[in-house]
Amino acid sequence: MNAPAYNFAYLDEQTKRMIRRAILKAIAIPGYQVPFASREMPMPYGWGTGGVQVTAAILGPSDVLKVIDQGSDDTTNAISIRKFFAKTAGVATTTATDEATVIQTRHRIPETSLHANQVLVYQVPIPEPLRFLEPRETETRRMHALAEYGLMHVKLYEDIARFGHIATAYAYPVKVNARYVMDPSPTPKFDNPKMDNCPALQLFGAGREKRIYAIPPYTQVVSLDFEDHPFEPYRFNAPCALCAAENSYLDEIVTDDKGGRMFVCSDTDYCEGRQAAGHHGSLSAAPYKEKAQEKSNG
Amino acid sequence: MADQAALENDQPLLVAEALSKSYGRIAACRDVSFSLYPGEVLAIVGESGSGKSTLLQMLSGQLAPSGGHVSYRMREGITRDLTTLGEAERRFLFRTDWGFVHQDPAQGLRMAVSAGANVGERLMAVGWNHYGRIRETASDWLGRVEIDTARIDDAPRTYSGGMRQRLQIARNLVTEPRLVFMDEPTGGLDVSVQARLLDLVRSLVAELHLAVIIVTHDLAVARLLSHRVMVMKGGRVIETGLTDQVLDDPREPYTQLLVSSILPP
Repeated sequence: MNAPAYNFAYLDEQTKRMIRRAILKAIAIPGYQVPFASREMPMPYGWGTGGVQVTAAILGPSDVLKVIDQGSDDTTNAISIRKFFAKTAGVATTTATDEATVIQTRHRIPETSLHANQVLVYQVPIPEPLRFLEPRETETRRMHALAEYGLMHVKLYEDIARFGHIATAYAYPVKVNARYVMDPSPTPKFDNPKMDNCPALQLFGAGREKRIYAIPPYTQVVSLDFEDHPFEPYRFNAPCALCAAENSYLDEIVTDDKGGRMFVCSDTDYCEGRQAAGHHGSLSAAPYKEKAQEKSNG
Repeated sequence: MADQAALENDQPLLVAEALSKSYGRIAACRDVSFSLYPGEVLAIVGESGSGKSTLLQMLSGQLAPSGGHVSYRMREGITRDLTTLGEAERRFLFRTDWGFVHQDPAQGLRMAVSAGANVGERLMAVGWNHYGRIRETASDWLGRVEIDTARIDDAPRTYSGGMRQRLQIARNLVTEPRLVFMDEPTGGLDVSVQARLLDLVRSLVAELHLAVIIVTHDLAVARLLSHRVMVMKGGRVIETGLTDQVLDDPREPYTQLLVSSILPP
């Protein structure tokens, strides 16, 4: 027993090979959920154990890593995963979407369009899109194998019957490469069009459910809908309060208990980039004034 | 054209040849053979444990027989052995050209989704992709099985037993199947609801020219619905013939016992 106490990017090489084989298979069959022997990671399930394992398996010493959680680079989850890889792999980290080669994400796709040579790794809680419609795993696998996806439309039908429109706002089912129906992880449906024909490789890791699936670059991804109720991305009808962006996905932030709220970009890197480029929103004056004062004082 | 239709009706829709099923040394079903023609209603009667449900499962391709064959004439006119169908074909058949009405509606329905979606599911499964048309068809079918169309968005778990059973029938008939299997469709319903359901099934069968194989232990159901009756006991068919003939003039002692055990009105 003289196994090294340390290995690059936490996982041992055998485990990484196993995960890479699953990833290769997932890329070969776009949208198909490949089972893999998910390991226990030093974080609880639900915090991105699947995504972390995929990232660990694909990370090389020259990679630049970005981690986002709900679009933000500075939440606890994003920071701790970024630190984790900075410590165990010593890779460079960044918050700039453009500079990153590997982006691990929870619940968002960056606003800045991705380019080839980038890999987007999603953290997935429940990989099976049919799960809440058909509880039996044996049955859902058979349905995927036979491409029996009528049931998926039953869910959309229910939405329209109840709410008058397709009310599914996140984890909106997509069909990949005209074959497998896939759960895009709980990203808002605003992000669905970004998956279609994307130049970057998209990998999905579900640690607790032990599944990996993928969308290879430039693959067709279609959101399911009805002819008379077509798919529509949803966005709050407001500009970002900090950078005035009209086309980014917004978070609603409650600011007091009197109904006050502000809408800001959920993608912090995108928002900061725009602010640095001189865009100002309705509420962005204050912090910039402070910064200006700091400068004049210093 | 009429000749063509007549010719179609002359050929059996489903043929069972020497079907048997055994579980180890227990023979659940032995040597059952019959032909079913389009538009014909066949009742399989017998007491519990006589093998009628096993037979129904074999006929509908859900259970592989230990011996014998079931062949079915597909929509395109070719007769095929069910065991040679691939799983995809068999499942496709099951949700287009066949219907299966379970005794317990919870098995045949999705209890948590609305009635409209329950009826529409088969349509969506065969590629319908227009919400308005799916809903219109579903609502039309609810009307045909006498369910108030105002309840189209209610889940079947809010329905009464009789309504659930009628909904299950609508769900099965929406793709206009040619053959419907029914497993004790009136079990657990009170008599007035039973009567209404039977009346409905009878009119739908005539209207749509459906072939039906109905498993029941209730001779009254057999008498009302079926053209022919098969009496099963101990896994064997002991008597078969026209319904009125078998029920009014039973030959076998067991059939005589069955008929005589109905309480006089």
